[in-house]
Amino acid sequence: MTTKFEVNGKPVSVDVEPRLTLADCLRHELRLTGTHIGCEHGVCGACTVLVDGEAVRSCLILAVQAEGAKITTVEGLSNDADLTPLQKSFRKHHALQCGFCTPGFITTAHALLTEEPDCDADRVREVLSGNICRCTGYIGIVDAVLEARAAYKK
Amino acid sequence: MKNTFIGTPMERREDLRFLRGRGEYVDDVAMPGLLYAVILRSSVAHGRLVSIDASAALRFPGVHSIITRADMPGGPPIIPMRLQPLPEFKPFEQPVIAHDKVRYVGEPIAVILASSVAVAEDALEAIEVEIEELPAVADWQSASANTTVLFEKQGTNRSLVFHSRKGDADAAFANAPYVRREKLRTGRHFGLTMEPRGVMAAWDDAAGKLTIYGAAKVPFFNRRILSAQIGLPVDSIDMIENDVGGGYGARGEFYPEDFLIPFAARHVKRPVKWIEDRRENLMAMNHAREEECDLEVACARDGTILAIRGEVRTDMGAYMRTNGAVGARNVSQFMAGPYRVPHVKIDSSLWMTNKTPVGTYRGPGRFEACFFLERMIDMIAADLGIDRIEFRRKNLVTAAEQPYPIAHVQPTDAKDEYDSGEYSETLERALKEINWSEKAKLQGKLIDGKYHGLGVVCFIEGGAAGPKEMARIEVNPEGKFSVYMGTASVGQGVETVFAQIAADALEVPVDNIDHVYHGSTAYVSDGYGAYHSRSTVMGGSAVLDATNNFMALLRQAAGKRLGCAESNVTLDIDKVTGGGRTMALKDFAGLTAEGAFLNKKHTYSYGAHVCHITVDAKLGRIEIIDYVVVQDVGRAVNPLTLRGQVLGSLVQGLGGAVLEDLKYDENGQFLTGSLADYLLPTATDFPNLRCVVLDDYPSPINPLGAKGAGEGGIIAAGGCMANAVANALSSFGVQPRELPLSPTYIWGLVQAGQRAAAE
Amino acid sequence: MKLPPFEYACPTTLNEAIALLANHSGEAKPLAGGQSLMPMMAFRIAQPSLLVDLRKLPGMKEIKIGPDGVRLGALVRWRDVIDDKRLAVAHPLLKEAISHVAHYQIRNRGTVGGSCAHADPASEMPGIAQTCEAEFSVMGKAGARTIKAKDFFQGALTTALGADEIITEIHLPAWPAARRYGFQEFARRRGDFAMAGVALYYDLDGGKAANAHIGVFGVGDCQRRLPKAEAALNGKAVDEALAVKVGEAAAAEVEPQEDIHASAAYRRSLTGTLVERAIKAAMVR
Repeated sequence: MTTKFEVNGKPVSVDVEPRLTLADCLRHELRLTGTHIGCEHGVCGACTVLVDGEAVRSCLILAVQAEGAKITTVEGLSNDADLTPLQKSFRKHHALQCGFCTPGFITTAHALLTEEPDCDADRVREVLSGNICRCTGYIGIVDAVLEARAAYKK
Repeated sequence: MKNTFIGTPMERREDLRFLRGRGEYVDDVAMPGLLYAVILRSSVAHGRLVSIDASAALRFPGVHSIITRADMPGGPPIIPMRLQPLPEFKPFEQPVIAHDKVRYVGEPIAVILASSVAVAEDALEAIEVEIEELPAVADWQSASANTTVLFEKQGTNRSLVFHSRKGDADAAFANAPYVRREKLRTGRHFGLTMEPRGVMAAWDDAAGKLTIYGAAKVPFFNRRILSAQIGLPVDSIDMIENDVGGGYGARGEFYPEDFLIPFAARHVKRPVKWIEDRRENLMAMNHAREEECDLEVACARDGTILAIRGEVRTDMGAYMRTNGAVGARNVSQFMAGPYRVPHVKIDSSLWMTNKTPVGTYRGPGRFEACFFLERMIDMIAADLGIDRIEFRRKNLVTAAEQPYPIAHVQPTDAKDEYDSGEYSETLERALKEINWSEKAKLQGKLIDGKYHGLGVVCFIEGGAAGPKEMARIEVNPEGKFSVYMGTASVGQGVETVFAQIAADALEVPVDNIDHVYHGSTAYVSDGYGAYHSRSTVMGGSAVLDATNNFMALLRQAAGKRLGCAESNVTLDIDKVTGGGRTMALKDFAGLTAEGAFLNKKHTYSYGAHVCHITVDAKLGRIEIIDYVVVQDVGRAVNPLTLRGQVLGSLVQGLGGAVLEDLKYDENGQFLTGSLADYLLPTATDFPNLRCVVLDDYPSPINPLGAKGAGEGGIIAAGGCMANAVANALSSFGVQPRELPLSPTYIWGLVQAGQRAAAE
Repeated sequence: MKLPPFEYACPTTLNEAIALLANHSGEAKPLAGGQSLMPMMAFRIAQPSLLVDLRKLPGMKEIKIGPDGVRLGALVRWRDVIDDKRLAVAHPLLKEAISHVAHYQIRNRGTVGGSCAHADPASEMPGIAQTCEAEFSVMGKAGARTIKAKDFFQGALTTALGADEIITEIHLPAWPAARRYGFQEFARRRGDFAMAGVALYYDLDGGKAANAHIGVFGVGDCQRRLPKAEAALNGKAVDEALAVKVGEAAAAEVEPQEDIHASAAYRRSLTGTLVERAIKAAMVR
């Protein structure tokens, strides 16, 4: 099926089988390999992307369901020149080790902070509980997200 | 300039690509003409493999070919052991694909190669496999009955018994005034990595060369295995390490797929990629931990430990895998932990069962040993009426006793000794950090429906396994340095750590260490890898040696070109000066020197865990109020990443203490095949954790003074949590004797305690 | 774990959707948020030949609040419930229950209708539907019908829905302002399916409990109410001692299952504890 949507501000058109998940479409059709696949059953959060600004698990949505949507991946939350405040905060707080879960945490945290720049530590932990990290023990990640709040306040 | 990058918390260079989604993991690598592999795995725990009929599956559009045992006429190659490769284990090693029998749910039976993973999975369902089922051996108890054996020729399910000995334990027990005996067990966990495993192999028919992507942990060793199995010289195989999404001991060992995928690529003369999915990851990656012990401790009335003695049984799963014996070995050698125990006698037996084979998982055998002994110490201290802290103080090894000899393990003939440290100092620091004396009043108290408990545990962590590690330093065309390592990255941040060490050694800014390359077989002549908390110590020491060799070479080369004595040559960041003349370092581009560090001894970092928890006895729910780890690591190269190692491994340990358990039913059917069943810690589970890293007692056995420190957080977590639960529920008189401390288990303990009190 | 092959349709009218389902002789499945169906397909436990995506169907995403209660369009997402401030008054029990559902990302996709049609025995929404005597508006080839919650849920992953039927709306009867309620669940980790959960409410009639509704989920093969426990609560002045008694009645009444996370005996006890705690929470609201 031909499906058109927007990824990181650019319109794309893909011809895919209905059974292709958005995660696989992003990675293998569009070669946006920053979105990672860690479980394919909606538990680990590594594949989190933003669909029309909302964080969703891209392994639990079909590419054909993205028709007309605006998708943002970790690549779309980055720029060449410098790290974003959220990324800087992750680096400062050693909020990543192997880096595999990191794109899912970045996208999730970005959605959260955009919607709720005043969230407290409990809310950060609650939201991040939908993403699994096996390296850090989460301490650095929570600290990083809390510190990055300032950059999202209007 | 005199650098001090070592010891400075430095942000990681790796992060720049990971944070932007620009890491390159094996599944991110594409190749033209790629075929995708999916593996048909046994759904039967134990049986004779009668027939495989793939004809219907082969007719699926998009299916290229299907590989089975029939494609290996000489019989499938056997995967040899990497660590403790004893002749006794040989008959129990795993074939790369099921041959005459299947022995666990998840054992590879066929490899389907197709145009996409989805098509291969469609076809997989059409392969007809006939298996004549045999009774399953689902735990070590039924294994020990030997009525059903996995390996008929052996006639027994026991592959080996490790004997750890020190002094004369039997004599010490015969005369002991006090002895306590307990049966304790740990659950089955594994080093689940967030990135599942993956292998991509490309065969160059013209050059006769194999290139393998997805290498991790021990690429040089794995290349030697593959070379022998597949009949190619070592030089004809390149192992490429991509970014690696976690290791924890489990990833990067040689698994069946590490043969099957390269074999398939050569067989069909097309590049082949296999990416493990999570369901198969749970049943294919090495399991670990499931051990049970009958342990005895003999003490003097004043609490001096006189001897320990006991038997441990490890549920090995179906085969002896590359590092499968390590846990059973370690549990016997390190049962005494950081304590002065003059007499030790531990027999550790390895039982083959119809489960996924075991390998190492961070802190192998040490997590178990720590839980076993520390649980007993709390019970014994209570029996003897001695404060449990005092008991530990009395028995911890002191600096004056170092190096302190530990139990000798047979049949591997492993003698060892602890290297340095005043173990009580970390305990005292931990008590101070958590304010133990104040919190002690809360022990066992019921406040707002929750019982408060304190846990305390001391631990020892081994590191820096030899025999050797290699590094190479090279001047690149920009006049900066490239560092090539024989060790591997599994995500710990070694690029940053080795850059710090190299920058200090060369006395250049850390940014002048342009690249740190690691993990691939093309970089240095030999390498060992990332296990046993060895990368920083072994690799870092090799960097120092490479620097010395490099500087000698540079002086030689520069002396000639500058026309001065070698001794007059100096390196000043990007300039080389001598005899009043200066050249740019980049004029020496390509100049390179290798270095090595050889080591037969191990480092032993050590420390203490203390925690304050509450238990809701009706729910069986544990909450952590505060948890502190104090660890002395000899020398901290990067305190920022080290803290990450301690806290990260702590949460893994808490997962094993409270949540994680791989379960099977009595028929060997696997019950935890999803992440909704195998429960990993999430951000809400263990919020209040702290660590203090000390470097008061450098290791005397390497030039850095560093000690391996990637496992201290995990080793003591089970013991600490179990001791805290016992303390919280002291009014019920209950003693946790197994992990994980699940709600059902804790509730059951309380029920039993209440019943006992009523009788 | 790639999905099995299927066809995909994204109709824009309800009739079209129903016709698609009806023409696939039970092999088609409606796709709402997909947060339960997609994992089942990834494990190939479910292999429908056609997925009928409901996302373009009009008028099913609204939360309507009126004198007769709360009407949730079947495509209302968890997130919509959590974000709707009116529900704090219009149906506080619903709001509290949904705050326990899954995780952030799931809540952005998962729907109330999808959850009820999936009917996982440990899900919150079917528990609320049972406790509150919800009614399901359903549309199929034969036309519209209304199904009471007690008839709708028939067992684990089993409902009264025909293969050609789609839930259009879930109606929760009006919530009196003075109603007392409690919600408790306990899972191994936050966001996991509960080992047991309880939703309950009662009204006060002359200082005594009346109209008690006690529903459990995660215990047994279906969300259900506990009439004996309700009887133990009705007509009595509610105090802590009564909460304990009703909890004991609830524990005696359930038929808990055993799984890898919880023994049956533990689940029974847990149910009693949660009922007791939910009543204690209700007392102080």
